[in-house]
This record gives sequence, structure tokens and C-alpha cells, in this order.
Amino acid sequence: MSTETVADSDGEDNAPAPMVRPSWFADIGRIAAVVAVTYVFFMGLGLLAGLNVNFIMSFLQRITFYGAVFAMGALALNLHWGYTGMFNIGVVGFMGVGVYAMSFVTASPDASPAGLGLPIPVGILVGFLAACLAGLVIALPALRVRADYFAIITLGFSEIIRLLAVSGSLRTLPGGYGTGGGSGISAPRTDSVVSWLQSKPVTGELTDGIIWAGVNLGGVPDSVMENYVYTGILIGIVILIFLLLTRIAYSPFGRVLKAIREDELAARSLGKRTDRAKVVVFVLGCGLMGLAGMLWLGKRTLVTPNHIRPIWTFYIFVALIVGGAGSNTGSVIGGFVFAAFVYDGPDFLKRVIESFYEVQSPPTIADAFVSSNPLAVIDYLVNSMDEIKYIILGLVLIVLMIKRPQGLLGHRKEIAAAVDLSRPSTPSDGANSTDESATTGSAGGESDE
Amino acid sequence: MSRESLTGMGENISGGRISDSASAVRNRLSPTSGADIVGLFVALLMVLLVLDIVRRLVTGGIAYTKLLEYLWWGLRDAMYIALAAVGLSMTYSILQFANFSHGDLITTGAFGGWAAAYLVGGWGLASVGELVLVRATSGGVSPGQVGLQVFASPLAILIGMVVAGAVTVLVALAIDRLVYKRMRDQGGISMLIASVGVALALRYFLAVIFTNRKRGVTATAPDVGPFTAHELTLVIIAFALIVGLHLLLQRTKLGKSMRAMADNKDLALITGIPTERVITATWIIGAAFAGISGYLIVLDRGSVSINLGWFLLLLIFAAVILGGIGSIYGALVGSLIIGMTVNVSLIWLPSDLAKVSAFILMILILVFKPNGLLGGVETT
Repeated sequence: MSTETVADSDGEDNAPAPMVRPSWFADIGRIAAVVAVTYVFFMGLGLLAGLNVNFIMSFLQRITFYGAVFAMGALALNLHWGYTGMFNIGVVGFMGVGVYAMSFVTASPDASPAGLGLPIPVGILVGFLAACLAGLVIALPALRVRADYFAIITLGFSEIIRLLAVSGSLRTLPGGYGTGGGSGISAPRTDSVVSWLQSKPVTGELTDGIIWAGVNLGGVPDSVMENYVYTGILIGIVILIFLLLTRIAYSPFGRVLKAIREDELAARSLGKRTDRAKVVVFVLGCGLMGLAGMLWLGKRTLVTPNHIRPIWTFYIFVALIVGGAGSNTGSVIGGFVFAAFVYDGPDFLKRVIESFYEVQSPPTIADAFVSSNPLAVIDYLVNSMDEIKYIILGLVLIVLMIKRPQGLLGHRKEIAAAVDLSRPSTPSDGANSTDESATTGSAGGESDE
Repeated sequence: MSRESLTGMGENISGGRISDSASAVRNRLSPTSGADIVGLFVALLMVLLVLDIVRRLVTGGIAYTKLLEYLWWGLRDAMYIALAAVGLSMTYSILQFANFSHGDLITTGAFGGWAAAYLVGGWGLASVGELVLVRATSGGVSPGQVGLQVFASPLAILIGMVVAGAVTVLVALAIDRLVYKRMRDQGGISMLIASVGVALALRYFLAVIFTNRKRGVTATAPDVGPFTAHELTLVIIAFALIVGLHLLLQRTKLGKSMRAMADNKDLALITGIPTERVITATWIIGAAFAGISGYLIVLDRGSVSINLGWFLLLLIFAAVILGGIGSIYGALVGSLIIGMTVNVSLIWLPSDLAKVSAFILMILILVFKPNGLLGGVETT
């Protein structure tokens, strides 16, 4: 690291321009604005359609929870792909490693399959380390290959993890341990942290207060409020990861990463140890993916292979691409927008449509076309919303790649240098950096993440 | 080791070529590389496994008939993987991206073809809508009533196969026009991501139409000697198609242009090869083969679901990579190896882990011998 620091100060001698700094307030404002607009949109739509307030509140909790999960995944993936250019499409494999390792540690020794019966924080630590280790095993040989080969290797890895988890032959191993095969491992849920908080003196009163407020002021059921508290904890973790990754991105080490993304050969020629940087970043990102997997899947009573499907990798990918690869703020916004509008939005829309008239869906699309009811085709489509969700997902991905590969807040062309080397008096190149430089235009170049 | 990584990630294609060949030369000059060591290790493992098979045969651990059965299954799987791998390999080398929507072209062919086969075979037995949707709901006509097996209604099966190819070609060309054509100048990774989007949209479009129910669609056919009739049909048709492709590539001008484009796109452009027309031909051949592959897989397995192609995709990638991306003959060899690996590994592994061996083989090849087993020629 010392060499980079030297290079850094050299750069400052030559260029008097101020260092590129993160623009915290603008970023937080942007995220808060998106979240607020989304809440208002769904609440307004739900109230107009006369939906149950409880339903709307638990829907908002759902999108916030999944938004936080996708944001965590997208932040970790952003570290891999957005910053360093490593095209990892095995995200769900690392999530699976994390959550299986955690369940193994936290499951009761009497259960079948048995675990070690240790407390959840130990489990999370072990799961994190296990995901890191998996990342290291993949990274050491695989980081030398071409980007598209790397993609296939990581996808192959996640399939291997899924096949191992689902396999009957690892169901029970000697000592009563094992993966449980298709039925999975039964371990304490990670959201039991809420009841643990309630049992402690200060946090307990705080948690009880929040739940009391929700129940008595909003008329929201107890269980939904407990989910809100857990979601709040997740948001806290997202913020911590956000701070960590933004800190990394603006450090000399972060600039090495961006240099690798732009031109690895050049970075290496300048004496940067690119191999080591890639391994470190890949391992850290995999650990964070494992953490996201634990907080998301660990919330269920059973950890099963059903959720270790490649589609989840692509969910996180779409979340990142929507937000804009290379931007931590974009990752968080992308995660939330994806959860709200693509992942859960169609179900909400279905409820809204159903509240206006009774959907009588014919069993097949052929019946819908020959039906005497002129709305039968629409009914059929409303009823197939689960499938249509994926079509929307695919189309979003295609349109983004054709029209706007940099995403909503994309920074793929952000400068890798410590200082902004571009001339400040060229408003014409604002076409690339969009409206951000306009909103936060105090010191040179801090618009970049 | 570090020399190879000079080729870097996300580098443009022509630059990659030059440094690839440079590092290839350097590797030839250097005494031993990691690839050699791993190659030696894998070869040693192979010898040990073969010895173990011999030992088991002698001691009666497995019967000869069982081994022959595994080999036959390997050949059968290799044939349909090969049909699909040809198309994937061609798009990989000529359009220069990993097409993740190839698996769903297989599914498209399966549904399109069987819809036609049901329509022809079951005409008058049920409404057109019910027949075209290939048993979308339980109940209705059964495969036995329609008589969908090669001996009872060969014409319906044949027409279904032709339609499977044709529908898939139309879908692939439409997708190329709508999506990939607009991205010709973008990098391989952008196109890869777009192809994931295409895969999802296409698969769930099929799900909306055909529903995502997994259903049996063929009637049981009598056995021909030790084989089932449908297995035999699959192997024979696939073999004929592959021979036809070989003749096309070697004897026609189109084949020559395709090989030229896979080898060096810019040079092909300069020498006046109509690249867009060659790309269209690539999609036509690749998609037709993928569609027919899907149709034949369903004929053999007897059931169809919307995940059919997606579950096969990684195996197909494994075959393409094993033979060397862009090499059609390599893809055929790779398919054979993958088909055999998945089935012969049943001697040691339980069936739900058989695919793992193929994926591990794929990863090893990608890491240590990225140009594939047939050497570093990225030509057809």
C-alpha cells in the first residue's frame, strides 16, 4: 500500500485540483428521495384501489426487506464488477455457501441434520468466512482467465453448490451432520435477533416502543412490526457496507481497482499488484454476498436448496445494472427500485386490478381467445403475473443494455484518478455524466462516486 | 503463470488474439507451466479410473452390460448436446459473445415442434387450441390417444421436427433483428447480459402461452433390440444432421465464409464476405439445430417443461469450451466427452452428482487449457 500512497502525493504535487471526495449528502438525499417517491406511489395506488392498510404496510415492509437484500447483493457485486470489472455470475453460490455454513453452526445438535448449536453471531461470522474461503478457492485459479470464461466458471461454481446442496448423498453424513438434501437444514432464524433485542434493557424498550407505535398508531399487526424492526437492522447493515465500500472506492486501493477495470495491463505496468488486488476484492465481495445470503435466507425456518437458483444471481445483476454499475449509490437505489417495481410490484398490481373487478381466468390462453368474455385474455394475463414478472425482468435487461448500458446512475466512465483530470470548463461533455454534475457542482469532479 | 494473465479481462478481441498467441509462444518456450502439471494430473487420474473400471469388471463390481448401457447413454446424451453445441459454438465465434439464450431456443423448438406434432397427429380428436398448447392442463387428450410415437405416427413426428427447426429459426432471427443487431459494435459482456435478458423473456413468454406445467407428451414405443425406439431415432437423426453440417462447412462457399468469419472477422469483412448474410446463416443453422435438439430430447425423455433448455445450457457450454470455443468439430468432440463423463461417472457417483463431474471438468479446462482440447485454433 505504501507505493500507492507515494504515487498519490506525487499526483497532488502536480495537480492542484482538489481530491475526489464522496458526496455523502447528495447520495443520501438521492436514495431517500427514491424510497419516498416509491412509498408514496404504492401507498397512493393502494389507497385509491381501496386495499387493506395492513396489506399495504406489509407490502412496503416486503419491498424494503427485499430492497435491502438486493442492495447488499448489488453492493457486493458492484465491488466485483462495477469497480474491478470481474464478471461474477455465481452470486447465489456464495450466498448458499454462507447460509449453509451458518445453519451448520447454529442448528441444534439434536436436530436432524445436526449442527453445532452455537449462537447466531458466531454462525454469521463463520458463514462470512466460509463464503470468503469459497471466493478464495475460485479466485486463485480463475482470475487469470478472460471475462466471459470467468463468468462461465462462476456460474458453474454456483451450479455445483446447488447440486451438492440438493443431492441426496450428502443428506446425512457421519456424525448426524449433513445438508439435509432437498428438505434442508432447520436452524434458528436470524430474525430471532428482534426478540433478543426485546429481552435486553435499553434496546428492548426501544424495540417495544417502535412496535407499540406501529400497532397503536398505524394499526399494523405485531408480526409485521417485528418484520419492520428486522428490516431496519438490515438497512443498518446496508449502510455499514455502503460506508465500507465507498471508503474503499476512494482509497488508493480503490483507484487500483478502477485502473484494473479500465486497463489491467497498464495498471500492472505502473507497478500495481493487480493480481493481489483482484483476489482481495473478490474474496471480500464473496464474503459480503454470503452475508446477504445469511440475512435473507436465514430468516426462514428451513434453509433449503430451493432458493439457490441462478435466477437470484440475475436478480442482483439486474438490480445493479438498473442502478448503474460502478456506483454504490446506484447499487442501493437499483436494489430498492428492482425489489419494488420488478420483484414485488407485479403482485401488487395484480391485487390492485383484482380490487376493481373479479378476475375470472380461463385455464389456458387458447380458452382465453375463444372465450365469450372479451376480457378473458386480460384476465389470463393478470393471472399469469408470476411469469410476466420474468418477462418484464428480461425486457428491462435488454432495453438497458441497448439504450443505457451505464444504468440510471452509471459511472462506468468515472475517472480512476485521484483528482479530476478533465478540464472543468467543458459543459458539452455533460452528456455522459448526465445531471449529476449539475446537482452537486461545488468542487471539481466530486460528482463521480 | 502470471504471463498468461497479460491477456487481461475484458480486453478487446483483436488485442486479445495477438497477446494470446504471444503468450502461447512463450508458453511453448517455457519449461513447465501449471497447465502441464494439471494436464499430467488429469491424465493420471484418467488412467487410474480406467484401471478401476477394469478392476471392477474383473471382480464383478459392475456388469459388462451395465458399462455398455452407460456408454450408450453417454452417446445418446452426446448427440443432443452436440446438436445444441454446434449452434452455441458458431454464435460464440462469429458474433463473439456467450449466448445465454441458446438454452431457451432449445425449449422453443421443443414446444413449437410438439405443438405441430400434436396438431397433425391429433387432428379432430380435440380443439385446435388444446392440441397446439401440448397438454397445457391435465386431462384432455392423452399422448396415447394421439399415438405420438415413431412407429404409430412417423409423419406427425417428422413434421413436428421440421416445424421445431423452422419455428426456432424464426424466433432466433427475430431476436437477432430486435436485440443483437443493435449491439454488434458492443462488447461481448454487454451482449452476454442482453442474452440473459432474452433468455428470461423468451422462457417466460413460453410459460405464459404453454403454462409452466411439466407434462408427458409422447406415447411409449416398442423397443428395437436393446434400445428404445426413440433413443435410436434421436441418435440417427442427430448423426445425419451433423454429417450434413460437415458437408456444408467443407463443400460450400457459405461454409467457407463462415469459417473465415469465425477465424478473423475484420479480414473477412475486407475480403468482401457479406458478413450480415453470414450472420443470418449462422443463426439459421444454429437455431435449427438447437430447436431440433430440443424436439428430439423431448421425444427421448417423454416429457417437456419450460426449464428444459436452461438446465442443459451449462452442459452445452461445457461441451463447447472443452472442444475449444469456435471450433465446431471441437464442440462435437466436447459433446462426446461431456456425454460420456456424465454417464460413465455413474459408476462412482450417485446420479444426482453426475453433472458435478462435468462442471468440474469444464472449470479445469477453462482455467488450465482455455483454448480447449483441440488446440488454440479458433476456427470452425
